[in-house]
Amino acid sequence: MSFLLQIKQLVAGWQQPATQPVDLTLAAGEIVGLTGPNGVGKSTLLAALAGRAKVFSGSIEQRPGLRLALQTQDVPPVDGLPLSGRELLALTGATADRLPPWLAERLDLRLDRLSGGQRHYLALWAILQAPADLVLLDEPTNNLDAAGVAHLTAHLRERAEAGAGMIVVSHDAAFVEGVCDRVLVLGACNVE
Amino acid sequence: MWSDLFLVPFLTGLCLAIVLPLLGCYLRLRDEWLAALAYSHVAAAGALLALVVAIPPAVGGIAAAGLAGAGKRIFAGRLAGGASYALLLLGGWAVAVLLAANHPMAERLGHALFDGQLYFSGNEQLWLVAVCGLIALLILRALSKHLLLAHVYPDFFRIRGLRAWPTQGGFDLLAALLLALATMSMGVMGAFALVFIPPWLAFRRARNWRSGLRLALLIGLLAYVTAFLVALSLDQPFGPVLALVLILAGLVIA
Repeated sequence: MSFLLQIKQLVAGWQQPATQPVDLTLAAGEIVGLTGPNGVGKSTLLAALAGRAKVFSGSIEQRPGLRLALQTQDVPPVDGLPLSGRELLALTGATADRLPPWLAERLDLRLDRLSGGQRHYLALWAILQAPADLVLLDEPTNNLDAAGVAHLTAHLRERAEAGAGMIVVSHDAAFVEGVCDRVLVLGACNVE
Repeated sequence: MWSDLFLVPFLTGLCLAIVLPLLGCYLRLRDEWLAALAYSHVAAAGALLALVVAIPPAVGGIAAAGLAGAGKRIFAGRLAGGASYALLLLGGWAVAVLLAANHPMAERLGHALFDGQLYFSGNEQLWLVAVCGLIALLILRALSKHLLLAHVYPDFFRIRGLRAWPTQGGFDLLAALLLALATMSMGVMGAFALVFIPPWLAFRRARNWRSGLRLALLIGLLAYVTAFLVALSLDQPFGPVLALVLILAGLVIA
């Protein structure tokens, strides 16, 4: 099996179908972007790949033993929790190597003492750097400044060169253009 | 005070003062601090019910709380948002008060459970609490990483194939059994005070999770020893004194 993931005519949703039929094959080391207007089911598609959303038709085939990591738009609930950045990374098995300096020096602070952007990037990093073959990212550039987006772009390419496959949902056209090998544009759902 | 008469109750409470604040940190992590009150009330009701039907109260209390902890997940879908704990609390309280009102022996035990009298603990209870407390510490240590992961990254937890049992279901059962044991030894509110206040203060002050656990443990131990000495020297019920000491600590530290 040469691919990490193969999707054929997949229609996913929650109570009812929320995507058009999607075909996608992802190889190791490849980054695919998912774009499209709001409401076409980009996040739902990621949720279906992660086993959260319902598959109404079509199929998902994964390489046996595939290790997944999923970053959602939900903010980790760390307010009022005495959890440091270093402890957060340890939870997912992520390494702190190559963290940007502006974050590396704050690793021992509580997460609820960090700014929104710092907290978001650290929470994202914990998923990105977790041992995984396929990483699913949902709007990873939210709350990031230009330096954060630049660091993330470079790091995703490094991660892909090391063999990880990635599917990235984003509205940030420049980011998608800069980081993805291919882009799949989802259209409105016509499924009844 | 170091005669057997007081040493055994002191050591029994000491074991609980070590394990309850740590348990409370994980309950607070899951926003389930109300569980402490719920399981304590269910345990009290179970103990009184056992007494009425001529079964050892400790067995009844532990069994009732254990059933509540294990059964909670069956109704989790319908009882989200802490409703399960509110219902358990109210149900436990109602059954306990009704039993105490209608049975003279249950009334005496009910007073002891709700007043929080630590001084009636015997050797058997000490051994039970010590062994169960040690086992609970080992289980908490083993579950710690997964409990944190399930809270911070629930999707990552599930996507990696980590099961709700033993991490979440097992923790529910552990919390129920420990709180039942604590209720039998130091009463409903004494147990609740040790589960709630030290973790609350630790979460406000600690720099990270490990130091939070240490701080909760330290606060719990200091408050317990202080309360035991004060209650003994002033001949007062232990539970309310412990609650007042912890409240005072809370006002100073928070």
